[in-house]
Amino acid sequence: MKVSSARWKSRLDGTIPDQLAQEIDAFELEIELRLQDKVDEKIFAETRLRRGAYGQRYDNGQRFDGTETRQLAYPEKSSKGPGTIWDAPGMLRIKIPYGGMNPEQLEVLADLAEEYSDGIAHVTTRQDFQLHFIHIEDTPTLMRRLAAVGITTREACGNSVRNVTACPFAGVCTDQAFDVTPYAHALAMFLLGHPDAQNFGRKFKPTFSGCAQHSCGLTAMHDLGYTAVTRVVDGEEQRGFRFVVGGGLGAVPDQAKLFDEFLPPEEMLPIAQAIARVFGRHGEKKNRSRARMKFLIRNWGMEKFKEEVLKERQSLPDDPRWTEYLDGVADDVETPLKPAGDFPTVTGNEAYDRWFSTNLREQRQEGYVTVSVALPLGDLTPDQLRALADIVRRFTNGTVRTTVEQNMVIRWVSKSDVFDLFEALTGAGIGEPGAGNILDIVTCPGTDTCKLGISSSRGLTAELRSRLAKKSFEMDEAISNLHIKVSGCFNSCGQHHVSDIGFYGVNRIVNGYQVPHFQVVLGGQWEENGGSYGLPIVAIASKRIPEALDRITDYYLRMRQKNERFTQFVTRVGKGQIRQVLDDLTKNRPDHDDDPSFYSDWGDPREYSTGDVGIGECAGEVVSAYQFAMTDAERMVFEAQLFLDAGNVQGAGTEAYRAMVRAAKALVQIKYDDVADDADEVVEEFRDRYYDTKLIFDPFAGGKFANYLFAAHSKVGATFTSDTARHAIEEGQLFIEAVHGCYNRMRTAGLSESTEMS
Amino acid sequence: MELQHVNIKIFVDGDLAVAPARFVDVFHEWVREQSLDEMLIDVADYRHVPAGPGVMLIALEADYNIDQTAGRWGLRYNRKSAIEGTNHDRFRQALAGAINACHLLEAHFAADGPLTFSRDEFELFINDRALAPNTPETYASCKPEIESFVMDVFGHSDFALTHHSDVRSRFGVNIKLTKPLDPKVVLDALQRNA
Repeated sequence: MKVSSARWKSRLDGTIPDQLAQEIDAFELEIELRLQDKVDEKIFAETRLRRGAYGQRYDNGQRFDGTETRQLAYPEKSSKGPGTIWDAPGMLRIKIPYGGMNPEQLEVLADLAEEYSDGIAHVTTRQDFQLHFIHIEDTPTLMRRLAAVGITTREACGNSVRNVTACPFAGVCTDQAFDVTPYAHALAMFLLGHPDAQNFGRKFKPTFSGCAQHSCGLTAMHDLGYTAVTRVVDGEEQRGFRFVVGGGLGAVPDQAKLFDEFLPPEEMLPIAQAIARVFGRHGEKKNRSRARMKFLIRNWGMEKFKEEVLKERQSLPDDPRWTEYLDGVADDVETPLKPAGDFPTVTGNEAYDRWFSTNLREQRQEGYVTVSVALPLGDLTPDQLRALADIVRRFTNGTVRTTVEQNMVIRWVSKSDVFDLFEALTGAGIGEPGAGNILDIVTCPGTDTCKLGISSSRGLTAELRSRLAKKSFEMDEAISNLHIKVSGCFNSCGQHHVSDIGFYGVNRIVNGYQVPHFQVVLGGQWEENGGSYGLPIVAIASKRIPEALDRITDYYLRMRQKNERFTQFVTRVGKGQIRQVLDDLTKNRPDHDDDPSFYSDWGDPREYSTGDVGIGECAGEVVSAYQFAMTDAERMVFEAQLFLDAGNVQGAGTEAYRAMVRAAKALVQIKYDDVADDADEVVEEFRDRYYDTKLIFDPFAGGKFANYLFAAHSKVGATFTSDTARHAIEEGQLFIEAVHGCYNRMRTAGLSESTEMS
Repeated sequence: MELQHVNIKIFVDGDLAVAPARFVDVFHEWVREQSLDEMLIDVADYRHVPAGPGVMLIALEADYNIDQTAGRWGLRYNRKSAIEGTNHDRFRQALAGAINACHLLEAHFAADGPLTFSRDEFELFINDRALAPNTPETYASCKPEIESFVMDVFGHSDFALTHHSDVRSRFGVNIKLTKPLDPKVVLDALQRNA
């Protein structure tokens, strides 16, 4: 153990709750045992994940350096999980239930970011913090220092109950039914380490919202979504929750389904426990790609799911904590430091005016506002965290929260202090305007640090921010109010489905080289708790995304009807029309030698690659034949969207299926030229040549995407609903991406050339 | 007092004459060529964060970055792995790492820079609050050792040591030499004594 680790352990002895201290000691011991090879690497991997210690890009010891894939010479050869080298630095995720923090916690985070990570603390889209480039041996010390100020990393990752999120304005919001904060806290504490929440096949995400109309809680995309509602019975107002279950983003998103229009608070915890039991017992365990709760609900249907949960609820032994956690629940548990006031008169300060127009929000308590601290890409430095702690202490009673838009919100600011607070924030470099507007782009880590990243979401976001910052305050309000979200891959950690304009990373072959692309996602809705999900309309090269964004926003500005919101505009003009506006961006790509930068990603000068990719000598001809078929498939899946938009759900589902068959045939033809158009034959050949041989298997998702094809094929002729048609389109798109991925891997391995010739 | 995790920042002379984006390219090249003593892993780009770590070169044992914390550009070397030996050995290792990186960057940008790093001022931090809490006692305890190290490396006692006294900051001192020195000579001296 490092000298400083031993000192922290000794210094913090007695300051950490016993249970937590014992758990951290046990984890420290498991690290030692794993080093001695006395703990299996798979078990250790899940153990550390449930402690928040996550892998990071290049922890398999390989890195493409722009020319070739090279081994990184990590000295320690043992592993901390399958394919994960012990010495490779990783990420530590830190849970912040409902985003609630205090100045002491901000200061500890500052110290940890400075001493153990790369000097940046990153706010995530689940109100967590993440620190990157952490060494596994240091994690127990980080956990102790966090625990000493009431923070845990427990169950921040792995197959567990993830951070309980909530509206950051809860308690001070003008629209709320009531303050959901204490309920979110109760659920987080109740489920943390609960024995019934330790046997999941996949993660499980709860959230709370104070109202139905805004986006702050995003209940529609959560496994458990609680929206505060009230009702009057016998003249008395009662609190409850409109309770939805089984939502989720990921590769194929689902809107949560209604479980109960009015769930009384006293039933909140026992029902959550019953759901955890049912999910733990009946949820998928072997096939991780179908193990989220949404799949159990899809398989069973909502009626059966609810029936099973209610049956389980009845069998639960009474637990006094169900109500103890809710004792003393009352509004306005926070109090202000300063008396209520009026805004000061400030003239001739353009920076203040801009900040004032975007970063302030009236509280329900007269004379107070919340102040959003806009963090570029969710990042802030240790010095900024300490300055923020000082500011929160100076102006409030220590009331600050993280947000799912990767910002911080200072609550209970007296209006009379607003200018002084602005100056203090500006002095610390965190007084940027634009919170919640087009400049405030949400993004996942992408290829910067994530092992699954395909394109550089942060690189793109930084570029878009830089361009938009120059003009965002001269933009029409209709444009500046748009929400943009970026994910580095289809897994949707950047929540691209619930934005006005979303992007997610994919790769494509252009002139024989891999080129980073982003799918443009339109039609999603941020409001109404993420009320609808967007769909991808076209993949555009990463370096052309800024131009694509300009065109979309310009087109919207020119063609929109009075007061027409962006989602309404997309529905009215149709995605086909918008795609037309972008069409030439998918063509006339520069030759590699003329513009090599086109073949690299934003913020990364290396020639782009998703792996150890070389360029096959015979690629050109093969690519031509293959791309022709794949262009067909992509067109068909897009047409399926147009059918769906037009209300033709049967046509949409059928066309999405046909697109999958077309893509499958594109691959089959590489090995078997004479395959017929008959779908049965295509699917049979595809299964034989690509599934049984595992060629189509994604390195992370295995055969998941191929199974979409087989499932769709087994249901030919079935009636589609709008939900199943939408799933078919999503699955069709993902299957097409999988075919691209398979083809790229074959080219790399030289299989496409040899089989093409055979 | 054992001091680990030594952190050195050498300031850029004047304004940063090179666009920060250029360091992204250079650091990727260094990873490709494994140009430094440490095992180089990746590049992290934080140019979007005001007064932040700028562009970072992540290694297994240490990080390098073109750093803008506290509003001044400089090259920072941050040792993460423990080093055996004396505190002098650890100071020497970190200072040599920082000067070597400055030297390589100056050479890289010589044609289109100019990029020059200070010959007479740098900062030394201990990035470990357990070993070196930023207190007057720590300063009193470490000062003779730091002074003796500086005299040993630079060969004279014409320098001023200023303690960064904010208790929340890492323990650190600013070292200002009265006579500018040739970094190559210093580097040779550091490596000779290693």
